[in-house]
Amino acid sequence: MIDFTEEQIERYSRHIILPEVGGEGQSKLLEAKVFMIGAGGLGSPIALYLAAAGVGTIGIADADVVDMSNLQRQIIHDNERVGVMKVESAKQSIEKLNPDVVVKTYPYRIDADNVREIIREYDLVIDGCDNFPTRFLVNDACYMEKKTLISGAMFRFDGQVTTFKPHEDKEGPCYRCLYPEPPPNGLVPSCSEAGILGALAGAVGTIQSVEAVKEILGIGQSLSGKLMTFDALRMEWKKLRLRKDPACALCSDQRTIFDLVTYEQACELPFGK
Amino acid sequence: MTIQVRIPTPLRRLTDGADEVSIEAENVGALIDNLEAAHAGMKDRLCDDKGDIRRFVNVYVNDEDVRFLKGKSTILKEGDEVSIVPAIAGGAL
Repeated sequence: MIDFTEEQIERYSRHIILPEVGGEGQSKLLEAKVFMIGAGGLGSPIALYLAAAGVGTIGIADADVVDMSNLQRQIIHDNERVGVMKVESAKQSIEKLNPDVVVKTYPYRIDADNVREIIREYDLVIDGCDNFPTRFLVNDACYMEKKTLISGAMFRFDGQVTTFKPHEDKEGPCYRCLYPEPPPNGLVPSCSEAGILGALAGAVGTIQSVEAVKEILGIGQSLSGKLMTFDALRMEWKKLRLRKDPACALCSDQRTIFDLVTYEQACELPFGK
Repeated sequence: MTIQVRIPTPLRRLTDGADEVSIEAENVGALIDNLEAAHAGMKDRLCDDKGDIRRFVNVYVNDEDVRFLKGKSTILKEGDEVSIVPAIAGGAL
């Protein structure tokens, strides 16, 4: 267990007092390495809560700069940082919040050439990206590198969160068990023109953070095998069963995918039109 | 019998904004056909040219994906709730 400083004992006192966390759990958090894809709507609350919780190393990948239109929901950035790389802005916010956290920035797009090497040095991966090709890439890479993946997505007023760890749980599905391949270009909305209720990002991202902290601590029930959906208009959460696809091209006995696949980005919206 | 069908936000344009509609159907296939009859355009969003449920749309009866039941032949019973869960990708935006 880590020798806490007095400041750390005070900072993490509300964690340490919980029997499910304690000093041992807080040490696990401080020693944990989490990699996040996206420093946007979902990435903002995820990074802030993980940093506040004292997750020791947070890696963040995002190739974009802060835009004024991001500030309606991306609460890790601010007015003065418009035009700054999102990963740099996120790093500044995290360091201001908690100097215990080491932030590693990846100011470029995650692709088939770099993803496996990057995630290899982390314990846990959290996806809050904004497109299908990256979601499939990250899912496949996590399966290949045996990393647990906490996946969150949102659209307009809907959110989805789940955890994939087929490497640990024989019955556990991967993203391809849920959706075998990306929708053909133009059939499902995936881009910013679709609109999003800002605070929805907080609801979905915060659930991902809770799941990540529990995963690091090894407590409670995982969302592996369950898809949590949130309908903000009805103000309703649901937990749906998510089964391993016995014919999954990645994680089943009938595996056909052995290398990372690069899909083209789709950016049209007729699914909802 | 009457089945409550939960409509995800991307498809509410087809239901005049309704988040839930009541559809008469004995099984999932009939439910999709009757959804189309009541809200034109729905079947094209849910099914491919062959009439199979698209792979990036999951249809749930209560909390179970119909792919792990009997697909479109899955029998519906009074009180069942059907949810349509399309793949969504947004996060960073």
